[in-house]
Amino acid sequence: MSDRIFGVFGIILAAGYVFAALAIEESFLSDAVGPKAFPLIIAAILALSGAVIALRPDPEPHWPAMARLAEVAAAVVVLILYAEMLPVAGFVIATAFAAAYLAWRLGSGPLETVAVGAGTSIGIYVTFHLILGLSLAKGPLGF
Amino acid sequence: MELLANLGDGFAIALSWQNIGLALLGCFLGTIMGALPGLGPSNGVAILIPLAFTLGLGATPSLILLTSVYYGAMYGGRISSILLNIPGDEPAMMTCLDGHPMAKKGMAGEALSLSGIASFVGAFLATWGLILLAPQLVKIALLFGPAEYFALFALAFMTLGGVSSTNQAKSAFAAALGLGLATIGVDTQTGVPRFTFGEVHLYDGLDFLVAIVGLFALSEVFIFLETRHGGSDAAGRKLTIGKLYPPVSMIRQTTPTMLRTSFLGFIAGVLPGAGASLGSFISYSMEKKLVDKEGTFGTGDPRGVAAPEAGNNAAAGGALVPMLALGVPGSGTTAVLLAVLLALNITPGPLLFSQNPDVVWGLIAALFIANFMLLAMNIPMVGLFTRVLMIPSRILMPIVAMVSFVGIYGISGSTFDLLVMIGFGVMGWGLRKLDVPLVPIILGTLLGNAMENNLRRAVTIDNGNWWTLFDSPLSIALWAIAIIGFVLPLIVGARVKAKMHQRRDEEGAISD
Repeated sequence: MSDRIFGVFGIILAAGYVFAALAIEESFLSDAVGPKAFPLIIAAILALSGAVIALRPDPEPHWPAMARLAEVAAAVVVLILYAEMLPVAGFVIATAFAAAYLAWRLGSGPLETVAVGAGTSIGIYVTFHLILGLSLAKGPLGF
Repeated sequence: MELLANLGDGFAIALSWQNIGLALLGCFLGTIMGALPGLGPSNGVAILIPLAFTLGLGATPSLILLTSVYYGAMYGGRISSILLNIPGDEPAMMTCLDGHPMAKKGMAGEALSLSGIASFVGAFLATWGLILLAPQLVKIALLFGPAEYFALFALAFMTLGGVSSTNQAKSAFAAALGLGLATIGVDTQTGVPRFTFGEVHLYDGLDFLVAIVGLFALSEVFIFLETRHGGSDAAGRKLTIGKLYPPVSMIRQTTPTMLRTSFLGFIAGVLPGAGASLGSFISYSMEKKLVDKEGTFGTGDPRGVAAPEAGNNAAAGGALVPMLALGVPGSGTTAVLLAVLLALNITPGPLLFSQNPDVVWGLIAALFIANFMLLAMNIPMVGLFTRVLMIPSRILMPIVAMVSFVGIYGISGSTFDLLVMIGFGVMGWGLRKLDVPLVPIILGTLLGNAMENNLRRAVTIDNGNWWTLFDSPLSIALWAIAIIGFVLPLIVGARVKAKMHQRRDEEGAISD
């Protein structure tokens, strides 16, 4: 079933791509092929392979239970927050929290969680900023 | 003679203190990346690319660092295969078959050092192969016009599909997806924006480094979160190494094996798309047919350890041949290395050898140096690398994730790129679950622009005649190989692949 859904999704993706390709405005500079042809060829391959996947699906992959799926989704949310907070909170603070969260969700105990968070953040800061001179996001506290 | 002079110049470049230091660092980090279960050469290099850039290294030093990581990871892959029966990545899979039984017999040290020597022989001979073959390939490539290049790119995608997945449709889908991603941004020929949705960040196109790090490194973190909650791979197991050096008789026994499989692996590596997995598989299979008279393969035969290791390291070197000479990578990791070259504004291909000889020969010299360093590092220091295996993934994976973020943020300083990277991470996770190969996506993103430009140039030169793509004998030959490369795996590819997995499962089950 997964492959059937995936294949149909591929066809829809291809259709959207064709739609967007046809909307590309032609420039007065256009060459013999133009900016639309290559995307249209790709769309054809995308649609064709999508159809084959839908019609001849592989055995069902092993999908995780809802709880584990929620785990991945939560990690994605945390990482998005991390990316957004990086310029605000600064590298050291944001990274310590993000690394600690991942360590905790991967099964670290309380002490280890704190240690991994602080260690990763400070370790990267020292190696990449202090030693190698890479500029990382500055926070309100100046680091 | 000219070759030796070039190589001499290369050594002059590679032997600067900075480059030696980078090679050492790359070899060390690479071996660790390769040794850790779950991380292999492609994600190892992917994680470190952004760092090489943010450090502001020049083209040659960056390449030296990253190819050392590449060779190092190929060496390191054997460690977890032998000690834990968990291959770090696919090329190391066949090493489990005899390596782990040897370790169980109390010969872990011998198996590790023997495989280290086999890795050295494979990589050393392949580097010579690269020196001899690449310039010849360049001569052929000089005959290529836009139409031939377009056919060559098509060939790369079509042959890649057969090996990287059992499902051709999924490979084709992945390649088309990558090519589609490459069309995002301002069209280079006409200057009109395409598929940017008015987002200014997308006018320059997607940064393929962001795509690579997301797809390879971040998706790995998600896989761990999903499957190995609280789990650790090696922690709790007692790893004993024993004697560090193999007896001379064992080396004498395995020498012919190493030589034969190095050759075979090199050829497998040169074929576009085949890469190291195939190299180790055919090396092991051929050697088993050839010398396994007593049926000792699979029970800890040293030749069964030497064959796949010489084979996959030789394939790693072989895969550099089409990457440097034609700009078409032979494997997943060389696709990642190609991204490095492109990001450094160096276009691989025939002109590379005449326009940037310092890059080519400096790199080749560095491969030799890295190889000797790896041999020196991997035999006496194997105990150290083994200890790395004891770091549980719950500590390791947060570090991997954060280092990926630092690398990308260090290049662009933009939150937008980080969000795109997370998007690619999620996409990579989903596609891996659905058994869609990631390498064609990367290759598509990398080669898409060049492929389209060659197509448009070819057709425009011939006044809009599309048949020009199939006009010369050379392009017809390339299309023919491409079609064979696509169709043949439909018939035999799935069987080879299934056999590869089945053999590991079977023999793994016996030894456990």
